[in-house]
Amino acid sequence: MTALLAFDGLSKDWFGVPAVTDFTLGIEPGSSLGLIGENGAGKSTLMNMVGGVVAPSSGRMTWQGEPYAPATPADAARRGIAFIHQELNLFTNLSIAENIFIDGFPRRFGLIDRARIAATARSLLQRLDLDHAPDTIVGELAPGERQLVEIAKALHREADLIIFDEPTTSLTPRETARLFDVIARLRAEGRTLIYISHILGDVTRVCDQVAVLRDGRLIDHGPVADFPVPRMIRAMIGRELSGLFPDRSATPSPTVIFRAEGLGQPGVIETISFEAHAGEILGLFGLMGSGRSELARAAFGLDPLASGTLALADRPLTGPTAARIAAGMAFVTENRREEGLMLEAPVADNLSLVAVRAFGRGPLALLDREAHAVATERARAELGVRAGRIATQPVKALSGGNQQKVVIGKWLMADPRFFILDEPTRGVDVGAKYEIYTLIDRLAAAGSGILFISSEVEELIGMCDRILVMSRGELVRAFTPPFNREQILASAFREAVT
Amino acid sequence: MSELPPAGITPRPDIRAPAARPAGADLGQRVRALLLSDYFVLYLSLAYFLALVPFLPTLSTPGNIVNLMSNMWPLLVVAVGQTFVLTIAGIDLSQGAVMGLTSVVVAMLIATAAPATVLANAPIWGSLLTEQGGLLAGIPFASAVGIAAMLAVAALVGLFNGLAVARLSMPPFMVTLVTMIAVAAFAIWLTQSNNIRELPESFISLGKGDIVSVYLGPKLESQLPRREVYSFITWPMVIALAAAVFAHILLNRTVFGRWVFAVGINRKAAEISGVPVARVIVTVFVISAVCAAIASILYTARLETGRPTLGGGNFLLDVIGATVIGGTSLFGGKGKVIWTFFGVLFFVLLSNTLNLLNLSAFHIDMVKGGVILMAALLDVVRTRLMRSAT
Repeated sequence: MTALLAFDGLSKDWFGVPAVTDFTLGIEPGSSLGLIGENGAGKSTLMNMVGGVVAPSSGRMTWQGEPYAPATPADAARRGIAFIHQELNLFTNLSIAENIFIDGFPRRFGLIDRARIAATARSLLQRLDLDHAPDTIVGELAPGERQLVEIAKALHREADLIIFDEPTTSLTPRETARLFDVIARLRAEGRTLIYISHILGDVTRVCDQVAVLRDGRLIDHGPVADFPVPRMIRAMIGRELSGLFPDRSATPSPTVIFRAEGLGQPGVIETISFEAHAGEILGLFGLMGSGRSELARAAFGLDPLASGTLALADRPLTGPTAARIAAGMAFVTENRREEGLMLEAPVADNLSLVAVRAFGRGPLALLDREAHAVATERARAELGVRAGRIATQPVKALSGGNQQKVVIGKWLMADPRFFILDEPTRGVDVGAKYEIYTLIDRLAAAGSGILFISSEVEELIGMCDRILVMSRGELVRAFTPPFNREQILASAFREAVT
Repeated sequence: MSELPPAGITPRPDIRAPAARPAGADLGQRVRALLLSDYFVLYLSLAYFLALVPFLPTLSTPGNIVNLMSNMWPLLVVAVGQTFVLTIAGIDLSQGAVMGLTSVVVAMLIATAAPATVLANAPIWGSLLTEQGGLLAGIPFASAVGIAAMLAVAALVGLFNGLAVARLSMPPFMVTLVTMIAVAAFAIWLTQSNNIRELPESFISLGKGDIVSVYLGPKLESQLPRREVYSFITWPMVIALAAAVFAHILLNRTVFGRWVFAVGINRKAAEISGVPVARVIVTVFVISAVCAAIASILYTARLETGRPTLGGGNFLLDVIGATVIGGTSLFGGKGKVIWTFFGVLFFVLLSNTLNLLNLSAFHIDMVKGGVILMAALLDVVRTRLMRSAT
């Protein structure tokens, strides 16, 4: 039997740094392959090559026995490969039916054939047990339902291979159960699946084959029956977990630096109380929609709070954002392009944005340009930002990791004592992640308190002194070392802890 | 180390000479540098001027140059105000209306006389304005108080615009469109669309003023008695340049200027970084309206008339056109006062030459529209060049 999709010595490197090396594997039609590996193991790069997003540096792929070299994502879609991404690619302002047909509306007399779209969409939704009218706007659906719409899209295109990338991270247990139902049906129809997940129990449940990637190489693979979870972990880790994270250079002091008491905003967060200590890295884990970013925004004075009090170094924290910054608070938002950086502006101006007032001289606040140049260059050097002339180079010309360092760095000149870091390593490559972890450790060692918000349990376990878990707007549990990954996840999902 | 070649080695010219590059690449580099230069629009204006002089000899006569400059100063002040607003990714459509209103305000306060035949129907007749002139007629420093009133009224309009944009999150286009309509209508209602003349000499002198003049000999072939002395440095010039220099320092050399750019490039990031975004927006709209009031002083003094329709018609086209031609982006985050200066120069030169060509007003506006289109296209090209440069 020929493989549906076969990889033959596929490799990809980025500027000489290998991301995937000599990957060779065949995927039988009708099989279900679990692809596992740590963050940065090369799963995304591999899937991006399948999807026509990046071109391999060497090696080749075959699709149904024929050479396959997609130049664009559209090529991949035409061959019958569908992606269900972690971050869904739906138009939230359009209806379910419009989303399903977005890449080719059937027409009648030159106009969109609404009746046919609705009928087709309805039958697709029935197959997936999604109980919504086809003209429902996607923005009104829950995350799990949106995912089913993505699957409906794949079914409509008659995709032979459906690739799921971390499909359950933002689903409730009920939604997860429904997804597995649908996956079972897809398999019964004879469709081929690639299932990427960190949740190894799910892989055992959904897949019949397992492939483990580490450092861009295929380390181990075989039928799922021969792959108990310990074997998966051994293959995935292969080295000490601590190698991914810098050693913590100081221990937290007993001094409370930041205190939140009874924070509440109806429908968003409920009676949240916690303390953060000087020098402590306090983790906050929660799924998408758990209220973790909302908590951060409210604490920073960007969103309203109906109840509760905040204190920084025993002084009450109130007023607008600017007052909280002056009191010593810093906030690195999860979305650096939209909220963190002035992309078109030079690196230096980005670095000095928060503290720019300090460079004003005289009644007109004339900018002391020499002091500005010196201070921003010093900040650049301290952060290890690799850039050209920071006075002129726009920050958008930097790599993701260096951009993120600038987002963190712009706060340093203001000398804050409490940092909220919301997903500080999102969209950053492995090497830069390590540098950002080191930077976070340095901030803590210097006596700042840090609230480290993340949806990657691994990095919280690797970096934090304590981990709080948030779910549906509430703090549900606090963990102390040694951390239990499964328990943290379970409490985030509000599943019974076993 | 000296720059001499090491002893014993004779430099061979054929080796040391830089490898011959294709002439095209060199030219491309230069065109690129020219396009990205701050002075690009100045060069463009000079080239345009020099290219047209042979066909339009009047263009370079002292009389025309004085005329050109006197047209430039009030427009420059308004455009400088617009530069601030465009830089925060806003737009101020109400500048023209503010000019009309402030022109009426100052005239009704300081006019030395007013004819009942013309103004008796105006709502201000009898209270603010009588046969004996405006409220402040005859008191010392009437002109100064009148000007202060103009600036205050303008600041109020700007404050309204700014608060609506910053606090109510209304789009600047809508807010200033509404103030444009309402303020212009209010100005016209105040005088029932009539002009107020008879302004005191102390005010009128602000529109001319011979600080430095040049005598260029008697004008020989003039049928009408024409001036033989040309005023090169006038009050409008001094006021406009002072305003422009102050604005340049404010935008490029102060903390406030950094905040203006920050708000224009990424308002959300600015907010999170503690930039007082609302205050910056309000201040910028106040600056814009106050600039319009200053221009209104210059125009009102030059016309020797308080005119409610001052700044009406296509005036806004000139202001935004000149600012954008200079290189300030309509999308925010990119603007310089010096660019606006050159943009105004180019725009005034363009209008002047089109007038000298005896084109009708309609033709002139058609050509101006085309030029603004070219400027917008050029902006796209420049932006692309800048991207590829980094």
